[in-house]
Amino acid sequence: MKMKLRYFAWVRERIGKPEETIELPPDVATVGELMAWLASRGEEYAYAFENRNVIRAAINHIHVRPDAAIKGAGEIAFFPPMTGG
Amino acid sequence: MTTTVRLQREHFDAGAEAAKIARGRDDVGALVTFTGICRGVENGEPIAALTLEHYPGMAEAEIERHVAEAADRWPLLGVTVIHRYGRIKPGEDIVLVVTASSHREAAFEAADFLMDYLKTRAPFWKQVETASGKTWVAAKATDDAAAGRWQVRRREREAAE
Repeated sequence: MKMKLRYFAWVRERIGKPEETIELPPDVATVGELMAWLASRGEEYAYAFENRNVIRAAINHIHVRPDAAIKGAGEIAFFPPMTGG
Repeated sequence: MTTTVRLQREHFDAGAEAAKIARGRDDVGALVTFTGICRGVENGEPIAALTLEHYPGMAEAEIERHVAEAADRWPLLGVTVIHRYGRIKPGEDIVLVVTASSHREAAFEAADFLMDYLKTRAPFWKQVETASGKTWVAAKATDDAAAGRWQVRRREREAAE
């Protein structure tokens, strides 16, 4: 399953790129599992996802929780809590 | 209801945007304009600038969802939200919320609601530049609490109906 991933703010800085398209293993079914799998991909990913409970996610531009299913998602984004306004 | 949602690098003119909402109609009795401005001192330290990063596409969609929710909760006649991104210096404007209604309560509350949600749900991230370097602004628990109170009010209202 190919998936477009986007990263913002310090998640982007730690990983070192704003986006990538990744081939996911079939056993990664939820946003939380995807974060765990990404964290295992190397030092920069481990650093970005070291404190996974603070990282927020969105699927196709809509906020989702870690238990959200990723099947059929076009674009998944990971970012820190928002500080706009 | 007339809705304007805009993300831009450039300054905005709060007065002109507010006037635009009420122009040519006589049902607007209350117009609230909120402008968020970049402070020059953050946590006791002078800052050189803020840089706002955003998630293009999602930021517009998320703001439009909150404007739709505000219109569902209050009898609004017009809403304008403008959020800047990029590098912003102290004294410059960051965000504008304008709400128009027949009466003031709806206009005040809807503007407050929209600001609370812009702070906690719209995908923007602030980075502060000071003499000692650049740091990402940490999200504030008080902002989450401010946004949370609207959910409590919605539950109370639904329970009362």
